[in-house]
Amino acid sequence: MHSCAPPPEAPLILKGTDGRRRVVVAVDRAARQAGLYPGMALTKAQALVAGLAIHDADPQADRDGLERLAQWALRTFSPLVAVDPPDGLVMDVTGAAHLKGGETALLDGLIQALAAQGIEARAALAGTWGAAHALARFSPGSSVITTPGEEDRRLPDLPIAALRLPADTVHSLNLLGFQSIGELAAQPRAPLVHRFGPDIARRLDQLFGRLNEPIDPVHLPDITEVTRVFAEPIGAPETLARYTGKLTAQICDRLDSKNLGATQLDLMFHRVDNRIEAVRIGMARPVRDAGRLTRLLCDQLETVDPGFGIERMRLVVTGAEPLALAQSSTLDTPGDTAGAGLSSLIDTLSNRIGAERIYRLYPAESDVPERCAHRRSPLEAEDARTDIWPRHWPRPVRLFARPEPITTLGLLPDYPPRAFTWRGARHQVIAADGPERIFGEWWKRDPEIHAVRDYFRVEIETGARYWLFRSGDGEDHRTGTRGWFLHGVFA
Amino acid sequence: MSKPVASDLAHLRQHIAKLDGSLHASGALPFGIDAIDRHLPGGGLALGAVHEIAGRDGGVVDAAAAALFAAGIAARTRGQVLWCVTQPDLFAPGLAQVGLTPDRVIYVEARDEKSVLACCEEGLRHGGVTAVVGEVAKLSMMVSRRLQLAAEAFGTLGLIVRRWKQEKGTADYGQPTAATTRWRISATPSAPLPVAGIGRARWHLELLRCKGGHSAEFDVEACDGKTCLALAAPLVHRPAQAPDAQLRTAS
Repeated sequence: MHSCAPPPEAPLILKGTDGRRRVVVAVDRAARQAGLYPGMALTKAQALVAGLAIHDADPQADRDGLERLAQWALRTFSPLVAVDPPDGLVMDVTGAAHLKGGETALLDGLIQALAAQGIEARAALAGTWGAAHALARFSPGSSVITTPGEEDRRLPDLPIAALRLPADTVHSLNLLGFQSIGELAAQPRAPLVHRFGPDIARRLDQLFGRLNEPIDPVHLPDITEVTRVFAEPIGAPETLARYTGKLTAQICDRLDSKNLGATQLDLMFHRVDNRIEAVRIGMARPVRDAGRLTRLLCDQLETVDPGFGIERMRLVVTGAEPLALAQSSTLDTPGDTAGAGLSSLIDTLSNRIGAERIYRLYPAESDVPERCAHRRSPLEAEDARTDIWPRHWPRPVRLFARPEPITTLGLLPDYPPRAFTWRGARHQVIAADGPERIFGEWWKRDPEIHAVRDYFRVEIETGARYWLFRSGDGEDHRTGTRGWFLHGVFA
Repeated sequence: MSKPVASDLAHLRQHIAKLDGSLHASGALPFGIDAIDRHLPGGGLALGAVHEIAGRDGGVVDAAAAALFAAGIAARTRGQVLWCVTQPDLFAPGLAQVGLTPDRVIYVEARDEKSVLACCEEGLRHGGVTAVVGEVAKLSMMVSRRLQLAAEAFGTLGLIVRRWKQEKGTADYGQPTAATTRWRISATPSAPLPVAGIGRARWHLELLRCKGGHSAEFDVEACDGKTCLALAAPLVHRPAQAPDAQLRTAS
């Protein structure tokens, strides 16, 4: 933002023209609170709010900005991204959601990443472009994911403005008494088409998936890509795999000449019915090994539906990093320290189940058991100390994410219990060790200023060992409830 | 008919081993306890093979002892370890205490058991890790065969920790799989100490099935910081009956 920009608390509007009228085109949060809305006359807005900052709307710059945003989303989230003017992006996430850990994680990540750039966004994931468009704009909550059955239930309740129709058509329909999509969809088509043209029927069909709506994806400037056009459409899995290998070899040659390695590859299949199926693979380290890339791509081929055939295949490098040395493809020696030898395994697993599900656990600076390990990407070098975990205090093998409450029978307040009941079964304590006192971390969380836990290691009559703790020091109420919990299982 | 010569027998054994697949081609990982190693063909747990480990009673559900036993074995391979789970409840400091330090374990948190097994197979086939541990409830003959072949081909040690949702699930553990050995581990009460406190944990190890060997039972003390088991004191000091008395013939 420029230094001459108005302070964020001052209401700001953008002005434009609508025919010969000068109107408000966009309002910011402060202006909206002051009662202004897009579409009202500019003079009226000026009369209502004093000290209003007014700037000219620049539709072309908006459009360019949206295009740039689409290119960013293409690099980061999905191989197929198109602009949905004036204010939206549409992405086909089939075949790409797995890299972000599933659809929910992808949507949340998208909203967070946009928020980090200062963009407040709403997202919806649905079976058709029309449905996602409508749900993103007209359903409560900042992100929505629907299943096909749920779509049929939710879409009819949305207002007609969700249908992507011209504003005057929406206005006329409202005048006729139609409020929701459901009411409109229940009407006979012919009179509507006669009066309003074919648009309404087309939009309704696109919304419910009866009419195909191909998306026209944005392209990245200066990218490395190879394309292969087929005279006869192909569809057999073996054929797809074979041509995937050929395209990968070509793209590796291209990368070789530029001294680059791919960190992200998109393979797009243009079907004869104008749909584009896409798969995306991500690599932890830049790779230029055709065999390895082919294998990663072929692992994903089963998600591709060739339909009536594929007439064009396009392989695009959407992420590349310098890779000067030629990579050898010999098998890595076992026992290799974390690094190049493992990166191919990590890539294979990441593309299968999602990169954030593969991690190492390194010590974190905390004594509280739940927080004493933090996840790190397996190839990331960890320079933190790895020896800060206690060596002399035995630690359990399994730790419950939530300590489970138990009822105990104890003779003395400061001693471990003599017997306890956990998950409905009563256990006699034969031997115990402790306490090991762990204090709350008040510098991290306020409620932990006084918190204390006394941990005991107990052995029951079968020989099984558990990690119990008492909340509080047993005297001061502020330190805890004096309740007992089972937190872990020893071997 | 002449009596067989020892060298002929050894030759024949080699020949059979060759037919049997490269079972012991990758060598074996000794436990360092003579009583156990003597019962395992090759003098230790075969590398390049899949081994099954399960708990007993309460240990069926939490599989804590089974996991620690697997961790102790994996730690002795001196390489990177891939650990595939569906429930992320392993406590890394606990594993570090038996020698699996943070820089040696890569955790894979799969959505379901099918992908756990797929990830295990991927890890066994890769060759960049020396041991792969997978925690699953079900292991079919076909899947275990795939894992076994992958382990044989690359000499990676595969450890499958069987972990069921409830204690009833263990009926499954009687079903045959292609695993080379099958272990069951139960905690037994530790030796009482003269002072208040808990002694070193003790396990009752049952070698239920062992390809090319006999099944056996051992009483051991659990893994310590040096990743070694130790024979439980009563077994060490047993005077009259040799540990062989505990042997049962494999059926």
